[in-house]
Amino acid sequence: MNLIKALGVIIVFSFSDAAFSAPAKMDPKNDFAAKDATSIAAQEMMRNSFKTRGQASVDRLNQDETQALCSQYQDNPPKSVRAKIEAINQKLLKYPADGKLLGDWKEGEKIAQSGIGKQFTDNPDNPSGGNCYACHQLTKTELSYGNLGPTLYNFGKVRGYSEAITKYAYGKIANSQAFSACSNMPRFGNAGTHGVILTEKEIKHLTALLMDPASPVNN
Amino acid sequence: MQNAMLSQRLLAGVIAVFAITTASVAAMAQSSLTNQGGDQTAKEIERYRQALGDGNPAELWEARGEDLWKQKRGPKNVSLEQCDLGLGAGMVKGAYTVLPKHFEDSGKVEDLESRLVTCMVMLQGFSYIEAKKNPFGGPDNKSSMEALVAYIAGASRGLKMNVSGKQPDEKRYYELGKKMFFHRGGTHDFSCSTCHGASGQRIRLQDLPNLLKQDQAQRAYTTWPAYRVSQGETRSFQWRLYDCFRQQRFPELEFTSEASIALTMFLAKNANGGVMNAPAIKR
Ligand code: HEC
Ligand code: HEC
Repeated sequence: MNLIKALGVIIVFSFSDAAFSAPAKMDPKNDFAAKDATSIAAQEMMRNSFKTRGQASVDRLNQDETQALCSQYQDNPPKSVRAKIEAINQKLLKYPADGKLLGDWKEGEKIAQSGIGKQFTDNPDNPSGGNCYACHQLTKTELSYGNLGPTLYNFGKVRGYSEAITKYAYGKIANSQAFSACSNMPRFGNAGTHGVILTEKEIKHLTALLMDPASPVNN
Repeated sequence: MQNAMLSQRLLAGVIAVFAITTASVAAMAQSSLTNQGGDQTAKEIERYRQALGDGNPAELWEARGEDLWKQKRGPKNVSLEQCDLGLGAGMVKGAYTVLPKHFEDSGKVEDLESRLVTCMVMLQGFSYIEAKKNPFGGPDNKSSMEALVAYIAGASRGLKMNVSGKQPDEKRYYELGKKMFFHRGGTHDFSCSTCHGASGQRIRLQDLPNLLKQDQAQRAYTTWPAYRVSQGETRSFQWRLYDCFRQQRFPELEFTSEASIALTMFLAKNANGGVMNAPAIKR
């Protein structure tokens, strides 16, 4: 799998130095980056060192409050800051208006497998994947999984198929930092100030992957 | 000419290599499809290596780089042999181990790639745009930069990384590089630290070095540049950063940009004491 992906990624890079790209302008509304001298110098240097390509615009260097605080504390903030970050993200976290949290686990499995999305080499017209397998074990059959996150095999079976756990699973995927500050897991439904990675519908499919008793995650 | 002979020998080898690459790439793809896992991939790379008689296709890049180094090129029609890579004009051996470094003549901290650009401009009379174009080669356009980098890094094999970092700008770059290492941003909230800030981590089946731990930083840094089997190219450290930023969902890192050099300063200095063994061969 990985190798096929790697092969697919053999791109012929074309560079046009002549193409002038203006340094990114910080939008003060959505830039919370640290204001000490070293941080300011680092941000300035970064702004002069990247250029927008495809969907990956230089705005992505800007930080929302969560990203800024986690960077400042090297992902290990003190308790009070931790609480602040979780509160910010609890506020960002929205559950589906129709109250339904479960989609189709089969669709969820496809999304969990797909590592496509948001890179400057990706076609923005294609939907992004969740790439859950990059960091988690989920099923018995897929052995090509990473370990940045804990195993999710038997997630629903072990925790019970309750309303509360379903809600937690949905919320965790939509905004991991609403539950644990500075988690390495992307906030799929609240991607900082940079839009979303997964739609509500896709997150429902993934919630089903974790919570449907018939899903391979629980078998 | 010694180089011409080497090239010929390697060319013969390369035909064999292509056959093997195709076969082993197919085998590797097969093995991950049948979920044999990373051990299998590692084994395939090992087999591939043995089929080459412990050779490394990067030797082709090294040979081409040596020729390019000695060739009279550019508007001024001179070779790069008088280029000061950090140990004095013309000193190639060991140069990679002291970079990045601050240079008086340019007034800048430079890594190997940016230093080569400076020399191509100052000695050979190329324009900056000319000197920086085509930093990463593809199937039909071999990069001179990657060849030069392979040759110069290769000349430091067996020598210890020894970046000074004492000059004020060097110190500043180190600190800025460190900040960037932890700078989370973009759609995925990733920083370098997400993937390289803890030990024993994997993305799918790819092991991720913890670049904050000395032994792992040494192992990672001293094996770049590297021949990538999956790409059939010898890649520079600039490419490694470029491609990790792509995975980080950041915008495109500009070749030899200040940020790339600051980050390299941070990583190279953390690898001090490690013994250079590049170009290596990688997945
Ligand atoms: C880049 C790494 C990464 C990716 C990609 C990732 N996760 Fe996670 N995930 C983590 C980490 C690290 C944790 C543990 C820390 C925490 O709770 O935030 C975690 C925790 C979780 C938990 C909570 C587990 C528990 O026992 O409480 C769930 C549920 C989860 N992830 C689901 C997913 C799903 C579904 C996807 C794909 C849409 C996904 N993750 C993608 C890194 C990742
Ligand atoms: C989303 C994950 C991710 C992020 C973020 C990331 N990397 Fe990587 N990095 C990887 C993977 C995967 C590999 C191994 C690739 C391979 O095996 O081909 C790697 C390899 C490397 C290596 C080479 C290691 C070796 O032993 O060959 C270096 C050095 C490196 N990364 C530096 C960085 C830096 C610096 C940053 C931040 C700018 C960064 N990475 C961000 C995933 C990431």
